Amino acid sequence: MSRLKILALLPLAAALSGCDYVVLAPAGDIAAQQRDLVIISTVLMLLIVLPVMALTVLFAWRYRQSNTSARYEPEWDHSTKLELVIWSAPLLIIVCLGALTWMGTHLLDPYRTLGRIHAERAVDKSKAPLEIDVVALDWKWLFIYPDYGIATVNELAAPVDRPITFRITASSVMNSFYIPALAGQIYAMPGMETKLHAVVNHAGTYKGFSANYSGAGFSGMHFNFQGLDDKGFDAWIAQAKSASGSLGRTEYLQLEKPSQNEPVRRWGTVDADLYRLILNMCVETGKMCQSEMMAIDAKGGAGHQGLNNTLPLTYDKYARRGTVLGPEPSFVAGTCTPDAPQGKTTASITAPVDTAPLLGAGLKRPSFTPLKSSSFFLGQRPKSDS
Amino acid sequence: MSPDLLKLIFGRLGLESLPLHEPIVVGTFVVVALGGAALLGGLTYFRLWGYLWREWFTTVDHKRIGIMYMILGIVMLLRGFADALMMRGQQMLAFGGSEGYLNAHHYDQVFTAHGVIMIFFVAMPLVTGLMNYVVPLQIGARDVSFPFLNNFSFWMTVGGAVLVMASLFIGEFARTGWLAYPPLSNIGYSPDVGVDYYIWALQVAGVGTTLSGINLICTIVKLRCPGMTMMKMPVFTWTSLCTNVLIVASFPVLTVVLALLSLDRYVGTNFFTNDFGGSPMMYVNLIWIWGHPEVYILVLPAFGIFSEVTSTFSGKRLFGYTSMVYATVVITILSYLVWLHHFFTMGSGASVNSFFGITTMIISIPTGAKMFNWLFTMYRGRIRYELPMMWTIAFMLTFVIGGMTGVLLAVPPADFVLHNSLFLIAHFHNVIIGGVVFGAFAGINYWFPKAFGFKLDPFWGKMSFWFWVTGFYLAFMPLYVLGLMGVTRRLRVFEDLSLQIWFVIAAIGAVFVFIGILSMLMQFAVSLLKREQLKDVTGDPWDARTLEWATSSPPPDYNFAFTPVVHDNDAWWDMKRRGYQRPLTGFRPIHMPSSTGTGIILAGLATAMGFGLIWYMWWLAALSFIAMLAVGIGHTFNYHRDFDIPADDIIRTEDARTKLLAGAK
Repeated sequence: MSRLKILALLPLAAALSGCDYVVLAPAGDIAAQQRDLVIISTVLMLLIVLPVMALTVLFAWRYRQSNTSARYEPEWDHSTKLELVIWSAPLLIIVCLGALTWMGTHLLDPYRTLGRIHAERAVDKSKAPLEIDVVALDWKWLFIYPDYGIATVNELAAPVDRPITFRITASSVMNSFYIPALAGQIYAMPGMETKLHAVVNHAGTYKGFSANYSGAGFSGMHFNFQGLDDKGFDAWIAQAKSASGSLGRTEYLQLEKPSQNEPVRRWGTVDADLYRLILNMCVETGKMCQSEMMAIDAKGGAGHQGLNNTLPLTYDKYARRGTVLGPEPSFVAGTCTPDAPQGKTTASITAPVDTAPLLGAGLKRPSFTPLKSSSFFLGQRPKSDS
Repeated sequence: MSPDLLKLIFGRLGLESLPLHEPIVVGTFVVVALGGAALLGGLTYFRLWGYLWREWFTTVDHKRIGIMYMILGIVMLLRGFADALMMRGQQMLAFGGSEGYLNAHHYDQVFTAHGVIMIFFVAMPLVTGLMNYVVPLQIGARDVSFPFLNNFSFWMTVGGAVLVMASLFIGEFARTGWLAYPPLSNIGYSPDVGVDYYIWALQVAGVGTTLSGINLICTIVKLRCPGMTMMKMPVFTWTSLCTNVLIVASFPVLTVVLALLSLDRYVGTNFFTNDFGGSPMMYVNLIWIWGHPEVYILVLPAFGIFSEVTSTFSGKRLFGYTSMVYATVVITILSYLVWLHHFFTMGSGASVNSFFGITTMIISIPTGAKMFNWLFTMYRGRIRYELPMMWTIAFMLTFVIGGMTGVLLAVPPADFVLHNSLFLIAHFHNVIIGGVVFGAFAGINYWFPKAFGFKLDPFWGKMSFWFWVTGFYLAFMPLYVLGLMGVTRRLRVFEDLSLQIWFVIAAIGAVFVFIGILSMLMQFAVSLLKREQLKDVTGDPWDARTLEWATSSPPPDYNFAFTPVVHDNDAWWDMKRRGYQRPLTGFRPIHMPSSTGTGIILAGLATAMGFGLIWYMWWLAALSFIAMLAVGIGHTFNYHRDFDIPADDIIRTEDARTKLLAGAK
């Protein structure tokens, strides 16, 4: 049994040996508080787990068959006092842990604005928090700095001790936005927005990545997060500003196509509305934004007539091309807005030449082609030409 | 032939669907094909087909079905473990620019298949098999309530396993992770057959699991022998009852959520799409409303096994029977109130997160109480260290660590830094291996002599034990460490070279476990060879306490010549103490159910239908569906459903046992 015990202590021993235990030694105040909770909870639980393990070993040894000097009471099977202890001891621990959980969860709620930037320092109210919009793409991260009008791929920087507000979404599938040194993770989900408030306290370069499997290029979906002093951050912004190119709807639609192990990229200007369009899944012109759809629905919806407000879908993301027995794929057409008059909407959405599912640049296609969406006995329906 | 006709016949299945470009798969196929051919050839050569069909495939005897479940579980363990070895190998090698030896297309299937197989086709069959074998014997019944249904349930589980295995060589398996979250698993991002294999394998097997749940609940509620009130039931029967209640209440949720996903994939509905009003979050909620109870479905029977084993090998009544039962029931109920803890990080509010965090922690109270109950059962006992007891001690020391890290993960802010990390992987392997797998092994070593009339060889059993236990710690303690370094799960390649050493240790651990598995197979083989030496004629080799030990080993078809009458919750212990004498006369004919081939035929057709739907071979799907209806209706006209074992046969069987028992003294 002693071998088991030693092995059980391995994580503890290794924790002291000085590897990069970023979860236990983070650089941001939120992550540090989360680390504290991890340690306090573990210690609280060890209060009961260690005695149980010790008793197991003790009883297993003491009451072995060959030890005839130990007491043997085959009929003894109940003790109200002991029952009281074995139910109340874990209960007490859980009461403490539960209280800790309730407070910790509310204090460290990622949606909550920061109350402090460090254990001893409150937030400087004169400085506005840094806003960053995060979009998980297949398989890279897009960061938009709305205040500075710049965007980057797979590179993130923030000044030390300035609160950061992340707004997070995704283009196609679920990912999880995680910089262990900064703060806990939160999912990036298409058509939905999550938030994270955090602050970095020490300058340095830290790793960030997706913590939720999202497909073939998932392993390469990481970036560097730089904590910079104010001067360094200004220089970084200036450098990004000087980058050529601007990120608009067209460039985004190109960018969101699957690719893996993307190098860092920067854009000096960015469409101010782009994040809202991505979140509402209407970057393609002519597609109705979710916010509009919800506003219409909130007013009672467009009724049965609304069913007709769809247009044949020829290209959406990279593979949504209908199902074997289902109808031709379609999308909800945008209502007439100044920037997207109804007449010209679909003109900009062109069908891809190759309709096989794309699996990303440089990735092998599956070795077979899926059937077209119309099946044999449903008959070939007319293809939409747009 | 015209391409249209080919498409009509083969759907989207073509020569290019065969993974001929994957040398690893081709190699595996060659080995499997040769092994399979040898097996089939052997069966034909020794003319065993008729025997297998009559005595095993069509049997409705709960004991034989239980044994077949165990065989299925162990065979699938080999497949699932091969996947584990491949993963550990890939993660050990893919450092510093190396791509390892698996491409993303293959690796992503491997980790998905590993999870699916280990949960659905290893843990579930092992647990169901033990329940099937033991529960009717423990409650003094002659069979389960619906013997034909039992046979059908088993073959449906096999059908699911067959589909998963088929995906290895025909087409591909899902590349989504074992719970297949949309949008990734939806048609847009997984247009291939992988997710369809996943869906139909689980649907076919799920029917079996649900029906078997209904069957066992009914059996436990209705078929207990006289005197066995609910509070006199053995603890294993109690945990089985709770497990089957969980199965019946949760598997329909899985069926529905997979049905909705298949509607999305086949007819273009939008339940879980990103737009058109669909929400992938709905899938995540639904699948975990099934998924969390599933964890307890697996572990509760294991708790039952440990209870039986601890009390038997301590030679002592189970401490706190009543609180053990209440703890089980409380866990059953609470397991439905915690599902959200699997996705704290998906943006729920702080109050919702804390609610689910705290309900999760509350489960640790009854679980802790159980741990203490086992502890105080050992206290003032006379512990015999046979293999089942060794597994139990290993479980007690291992499971508390897994329980502790589990409660840690239930603290939402802690989960924010540990979710989806290798810490989480280490945690759930810690509880599933430390709890369910150790439990199943304790159960196998404990009940094997009951099932076959001879004990398992202790030497190879101990080899297996030590390799498994050390292998487990070597394989998973490094993952806890890596989790604290912020390493996430399902990564295929790594950059940071300093992590490599931990993956190497983990891979060594996996090799240890592999030796443990081989030792276990060796243990079966050696025991079979030495069966005369290891023979037990008493039917009660462990000096045990519950009714299954009151009959012979292996038990006769009818289990008990006379239905026992129970006065105590350790019924057999009580009978032995009161000087129970086996009745030797007065035998009467016993009414028993007849074997039927309907179960295996129906399940075969269901599997064919699944295959047809996966490959869009509509004719096959339609034909097998119609055939299923026809066979099902046809079966209702089968009036040869039961027979009476004549009293003479029973006298002969029982006299033979009397002689054996006299010889043993």
